[in-house]
Amino acid sequence: MVSASDAVSLGTSIMAVTFDGGVILGADSRTSTGNYVANRVADKITPLSDNVYTLRSGSAADTQAIASHVQHFVAQHQAEEGDHISVKTVANLVKMMAYNNKDNLQAGLIVAGFDKHEGGQVYSISLGGTITRAPFAISGSGSTYINGFVDKNWRDNMTEQEAMDFVTRALKYAMTWDASSGGCIRTVTITSAGAKRQFIPGSDILPTYGELGREAIRA
Amino acid sequence: MLPRPTSHSKALGPGVAGPELAVATSAVLDRPPQSCAHLPLTGAQPCVVDPAVLADPRQHTKYPYVTGTSVLAIKYRDGVLIGCDTLGAYGSTKRYKSTQRIYRVNSKCVVAAGGEVSDFQYISNLLDELATDDFRTDDGIELTPQEVYSYLCRVMYNRRNKFDPLWNSLVVGGVEKGGQSFLGMVGMIGTHYTDSHVTTGFANQLARPLFRERQSDDMSEEDAMHLMYDSLKVCYYRDKVSINKFQVAKVTGEGVSISEPFALDMRWDYKLFAAPTKWAVGAW
Repeated sequence: MVSASDAVSLGTSIMAVTFDGGVILGADSRTSTGNYVANRVADKITPLSDNVYTLRSGSAADTQAIASHVQHFVAQHQAEEGDHISVKTVANLVKMMAYNNKDNLQAGLIVAGFDKHEGGQVYSISLGGTITRAPFAISGSGSTYINGFVDKNWRDNMTEQEAMDFVTRALKYAMTWDASSGGCIRTVTITSAGAKRQFIPGSDILPTYGELGREAIRA
Repeated sequence: MLPRPTSHSKALGPGVAGPELAVATSAVLDRPPQSCAHLPLTGAQPCVVDPAVLADPRQHTKYPYVTGTSVLAIKYRDGVLIGCDTLGAYGSTKRYKSTQRIYRVNSKCVVAAGGEVSDFQYISNLLDELATDDFRTDDGIELTPQEVYSYLCRVMYNRRNKFDPLWNSLVVGGVEKGGQSFLGMVGMIGTHYTDSHVTTGFANQLARPLFRERQSDDMSEEDAMHLMYDSLKVCYYRDKVSINKFQVAKVTGEGVSISEPFALDMRWDYKLFAAPTKWAVGAW
């Protein structure tokens, strides 16, 4: 029997953190249809402009549709302004789509980027279209397992390396507890120099309590 | 419930819903259609006894809480291999990472389960009592896998009849007295079958095609382990409620050995995995 919960969904762990000089966005790579892993290497970090990316959680179709529309509006805006769009504007465009179509969408997005006015910024847009700015944000089904961890380990003005370690550790814990999250960790670091992508394969993620390390690999 | 009056058909005998006469007359043919023609004429109405109505103090399992996922099993030259992971999931939470889903009954038989872990622990307890009683007969004869399988069929089916199922898919594997291997599956409603390879849960869809292609009753242990590892890998990649921590039980004429939990090497190093949308602008 096919039910609404069998729709292709990004049961997910996503987070974005600001650090001294920019932002880091991180996501797992699992897309599931019911219990089936439809895509084990999904890319949930989507560019909306050169300096602003978004993390997508919820219905894959809905978030792709929103991102696609916002990419169009951003391109139009940048062509008219002749300059990089500000993170706040992009975030508000996403909010408008989510809010005005709230009855028909199931999408939780985090918009993060870097602009010359305010530096690195993170905006979280929840299910109903509420926009919230914060130094860091976590979202998706896996985020519930790391609320305590991020509260305890977050610090303001971290270095890029510290922020990267924070993101990868937090996502590792989320992925270890949440069945809807898993696979690999993808990150995008955005600074004044632009955006840089990184990929951590699943086999390189250190095991947590109860899991087995590489020395236990048999074949 | 009072019994409804029967019709006595001179043609077919008492208590039967048939034509009153051997030859249908207009009285029968032109009779308006009966709305309850599909119901038996005697006895109480079906499904009238709802335990809740009788204020039954017993609990009835309506849905599982802590669950195990797939079980995979194949016959090979020396016996059978049964493999599964060690996850006890709590809905979508990967909660217990060291659950025992394989139970050793005796030196010739092993039972593994997917589904509700508490119900499997209860079944393990029943099997333990069975095996202990068997041991106490002190005749050197152990329960065969076929006997354990038949016993479990009856247990599962009888629970299903009471609307209180044991929420498990069981795999029974072992070696019979004459040395032949045995593999059987029993479901939570009593459905059961035996075959050269047997799977439960997601492995039905994911592992069975691999088994159909590569399993044969006289395959070597090395080939069988290789097939088992490949199938366990697919189940881990594509079943979201699974972990990279497995146990494989081997039952041969020599006895039962259940391995310590081990991991398998998963492949994430394909180049396109690192940047799937790199050369496809606007793709996902």
